[in-house]
Amino acid sequence: MSEEPEILLGFYVPPHPHPLLAPEQNEGWGRLREAFDTSRQRIEESKADLMLIYSTTWPSIIGHQIQGHPSPVFTHVDDDFHFLGSMSYEFRMDAEYAECFRDACEARGLHARTVAYDGFPIDTGSVVALKLLNPDNRIPACIVSSNVYSNRAEQIVLGKAARDAMTKLGKKVVVVVVASLSNRMFTEHIEPSEDKIHSAKDEEWNRKILEFFADGRLEDISQLSRDIQGQIRVSKVVAYKPAWWMAATMGQHNNFDGEVLAYEALHGAGGAVIQLTPAKGGIGDKEFDEDDVEYYHGDRSVLDKGML
Amino acid sequence: MGCLAPHPPHVVYAENPEQNEPFSEGGWESLRWGYHRLARKLREIEYDCIVVLTPHWQTYVGTHFLGLERFQNISVDPIFPNLFRFHHDITVDVELAEAMHDAAAEAGIITKMMRNQDFRVDYGTIVSCHMMNPDWDTPIVTISSNRSTHYYSNEVMNEQAAALGVAVRKAIEDSGKRVVLVASHSLSHRHFVTEAPLPEDMSREHIYNHSQYVWDMKVIEMMRGGKMKEVIDLLPEMIEQTMAEAEGGGLTWMMAAMSMPDYPAEIYGYQSVIGTGNVIAAWDPNSATREIVL
Repeated sequence: MSEEPEILLGFYVPPHPHPLLAPEQNEGWGRLREAFDTSRQRIEESKADLMLIYSTTWPSIIGHQIQGHPSPVFTHVDDDFHFLGSMSYEFRMDAEYAECFRDACEARGLHARTVAYDGFPIDTGSVVALKLLNPDNRIPACIVSSNVYSNRAEQIVLGKAARDAMTKLGKKVVVVVVASLSNRMFTEHIEPSEDKIHSAKDEEWNRKILEFFADGRLEDISQLSRDIQGQIRVSKVVAYKPAWWMAATMGQHNNFDGEVLAYEALHGAGGAVIQLTPAKGGIGDKEFDEDDVEYYHGDRSVLDKGML
Repeated sequence: MGCLAPHPPHVVYAENPEQNEPFSEGGWESLRWGYHRLARKLREIEYDCIVVLTPHWQTYVGTHFLGLERFQNISVDPIFPNLFRFHHDITVDVELAEAMHDAAAEAGIITKMMRNQDFRVDYGTIVSCHMMNPDWDTPIVTISSNRSTHYYSNEVMNEQAAALGVAVRKAIEDSGKRVVLVASHSLSHRHFVTEAPLPEDMSREHIYNHSQYVWDMKVIEMMRGGKMKEVIDLLPEMIEQTMAEAEGGGLTWMMAAMSMPDYPAEIYGYQSVIGTGNVIAAWDPNSATREIVL
């Protein structure tokens, strides 16, 4: 058994349902759909035997939830974009990996549990990703939630736990993060033809992040996460977590060939389909002042230490 | 009448209704018994519809209204699926929902009717409505929570939710219907991130921290004193300090629809659920039937 997991590819894809349900309504949504289709083809050719998804549209509170139902079936409708249509699904999940991932989380101090209930509401982002990237369920999948209270240390340990489980089971993995870049949508209804990035500032930051991705600088993006959150992320949650998780899961380095397959507006938010392929040699000469973390120790009981 | 009706799925789980799949040994009695008393009061008054604003139907593009007559499905809580897998059969007053939608649109609020038959009604609506009316014999209207707190600020949320409340009041008055308004949410809203092996083990249940408790008590005291305008003015600060679920706009919307009551609220119960602070309160505009409950 190798000590390093075999991660074949990484993808960063948007959570909005438009590329799945309405690609014909806007040229940009159509280009995102084409990028999804290209990604699907490359995933099929990769010989992966697991697709691990981290979805920012699956929030959790009780630790980290991992989808463990072997064959979830339902019809999902998005809260905002219900008028675009319904998303019926029947997925194939890797329940063995889900259990192993949970155990690996617990071994690193995280609270985690699998969920395996008929009718469990799989989130829009995961449904879109699985239906477009793995439409025939060729590759068993697993989905992990994004805990609303978690921050950097917890996300990095969560990524390392995902690696532990991949290594233990000897999986060949495609890692998928479902998240926007800038996530500010228009707050009014718009015609599809009117879609554009919400602001020039969001556009500028998105382009900068895409430069990093194209250069394969995933760890650098992770280190910039707090800046990105402050600049272009609506404060739905406390931090821009997907970069931390993705970088930790994929090895905490910049050694990737990056390719931006598409970047378009999705009701104002920045949606990109990006591929990262592990490569020899990386880019960048940065070192960072935030400690790496191997084990999650939880709250430090600051409030119990009494008032000053 | 207006009710602040928190929706932790734990209270339905603890009731063991036939619609819910999991089985419990009870728990959270202070809240459940409070709900029982409120449900008894509601059986004594005549009303045509329950109108709920829920923070678990989160919309970023305007405010949405359920727009189909019937929803039958299973609702599985995404956070607590071990506690809540509820088979529901919900009837909607579409005529009233459309009237509210139109009144809100006329007032300049971004709106949308939800007419997808596959749509799953959120568990906030279901928990609050089940605890207040377990017979499910009255139609409802569900209004989504626009996330203006996230996109702008707590103050903007307050302004927009109040405008929605005024518009909804006009629609209700024009319809001639008698409604019960429901703001479906807790007060302080910081959760524990771990769960007891037996979720209904009440030896493990307490408020997340004392600061949350003090805020909750302050607001309840103001409710008892009929100071709802002051509560709404204070709400942005409370949300900031306690992550209060009023961020979804429910309380502000309901108080605006009731013209900011200056009479005492009826308090039916207060209890923490997985660390969050929950009060069941009601505002009865009829002084003849208004009670001091607790």
